[in-house]
Amino acid sequence: MCNCCAEKKDIYLPQPATVQELKMMNDTELYLKISMDNEPLEYVPGQFVEVSIAGIGEAPISISSTPTLKGGFELVVRKIGNVTNAIHKLQKGNKVGIRGPLGKGIYPIEQTKGKDLVFICGGIGLVPQRSFINYVLDNRDDYGDVTILLGTRCPSERLFHSELEEWSKRDDITFLETVDKSDECWKGNVGVVTTLIPKVETDWKQAAVLICGPPVMYKFVLMSLMEKQVPSDNIYLNLERKMKCGVGKCGHCQINKYYVCIDGPVFCQSDLSDVPEAI
Amino acid sequence: MSIKKIAKGEFSQFVDELIGTQKVIGVTSKGDKYDFGQLESSKDLKLDYDVTLLPPKKYFQPPVETLVTYEGQGKYESQYDCEKFVLIGVHPYDMIAINQMDTLFSQDNYDSHYFARRNNATIVACDVVNPSKNIFASSMNTAVVKEGFDVLLTDIGDSYIAEAATEKGEKLLAVSKKSLSDADKADLEKRQEVWDKNDKSLNKHQLNCSVSYLPKLLERGYNNPVWEEKAKTCFACGSCNQVCPTCYCFDVQDDINWDMKSGRRDRCWDGCMLDGFTKVAGEHEFRKNKADRFRHRLYRKGKYVPSKIGGQIACVGCGRCVGACLPDIANPVNVYNKLVDDIGII
Repeated sequence: MCNCCAEKKDIYLPQPATVQELKMMNDTELYLKISMDNEPLEYVPGQFVEVSIAGIGEAPISISSTPTLKGGFELVVRKIGNVTNAIHKLQKGNKVGIRGPLGKGIYPIEQTKGKDLVFICGGIGLVPQRSFINYVLDNRDDYGDVTILLGTRCPSERLFHSELEEWSKRDDITFLETVDKSDECWKGNVGVVTTLIPKVETDWKQAAVLICGPPVMYKFVLMSLMEKQVPSDNIYLNLERKMKCGVGKCGHCQINKYYVCIDGPVFCQSDLSDVPEAI
Repeated sequence: MSIKKIAKGEFSQFVDELIGTQKVIGVTSKGDKYDFGQLESSKDLKLDYDVTLLPPKKYFQPPVETLVTYEGQGKYESQYDCEKFVLIGVHPYDMIAINQMDTLFSQDNYDSHYFARRNNATIVACDVVNPSKNIFASSMNTAVVKEGFDVLLTDIGDSYIAEAATEKGEKLLAVSKKSLSDADKADLEKRQEVWDKNDKSLNKHQLNCSVSYLPKLLERGYNNPVWEEKAKTCFACGSCNQVCPTCYCFDVQDDINWDMKSGRRDRCWDGCMLDGFTKVAGEHEFRKNKADRFRHRLYRKGKYVPSKIGGQIACVGCGRCVGACLPDIANPVNVYNKLVDDIGII
């Protein structure tokens, strides 16, 4: 390498990291705790990393842990494509490459201080939301009422069982859960996540609402929020797109004028008014 | 900076002297067409070409390039191409495209791989002598270029005017063993005539609105039927992406060596017109319809990229896509003019 290149940081160079813990959470979702071998990862809720498996490729994965967690960061990976299948074969102590943190991660940590928060999560949409949820719980006094709504397809797909149980026991937050399709053991709500919205007693016109779930969920949730007259300035959506570079160059994640990787992946709904491809 | 006048015979000698000292890339014949390629002799250089098959972007962002190599899991090393080279014969519209790429690859996150090549290049631009059959640079305000090059050549008949615009350009001209004379006032007037002529005449397709109006026009054209109409016959082949000097989207792919341990990560050209460009694992595809992709491409040129580069339109009027498109739907001027007809100019 010549001097002209050595001076500049390489935005495509993965840093070495080590898998500290792994656990299958259900049939398809793998939990990983990873620590960087050199500089620790300094991130904010809403950001993601590109995970490299040499020989297979890279995949963008949301960070699920709160920055207040020490000793590494947490990811949850669904087994669905080439890279994620390879991630599922990792074992404790294995090395991976990490680029990041990437994304603006504009989960409104500062703007929402003192406000009521409503998290609406669909399926693995819980994974990125959990980063901000646990951050809020670690800084509970900084926020108003906290409500978490979680909809999962079926009970066997539920994630973070013990954390969900803790949330349901806490008296300083409201945690409501539903499944689309029940089984013989399930005793809770049945129905899509929007059926939980009428059950929430909060000042909807003031609260910040944070949404993450499969693409199909957004329209229905937004319709319900319109009925509650939630201003679009207070709604935050986490958008998923195909991503390669993660640094605003390769073009795959573009939604109209935005690059999800550098302008998102969390967007305020009011910034999406002239972005018809968003949902 | 100096402005020299070089007789054409002397210029050929100068190019041969350059070839003796470094890698020189220039415009060469390819059948009855032209393309950029490495020069072995000044005889191969065709500065009166109309348009090259591919734009010079391939020297800054090659069709395939290695970004990093790995020696095992987690062990990555950056790879750079640091060979110095001279690029002769870049037309103004292509130079403007390179200027735009410079901005795009440096903003937000600095792309050191792009700039390793870019910083090692000395660019000799040249004004157009023979317009290609599909050029519309005059409509796009890209027929004449004022910056970005190291040297600008203008053919004024028996000689070239060579203006050095940078230190690199001065050094390049200094390679000439023969001392070059300064251009005089009459020479500069001749050059101005070439510029004035090109400014108007490189226009085989006439855009019916001012180029700076395009972002506003597109703001109101999103639901126009033109996207569906044109895309009906689109093959989604991505030829328009390949030949476009301002298309820079890429894919990233890993390859592994026979030891099943080490290998490399490459980036290669991709195209937003191709099926699968937006497909995520789980088979969901965000722009599955060809019309959506067709619209996205022209919105990138006329609205999205301009918003990132201070309003400059990211179609430079080279006309390559017009010639490359088999079903003949790619001509941006036809699409934009249809919007002008339907929506009007406010």
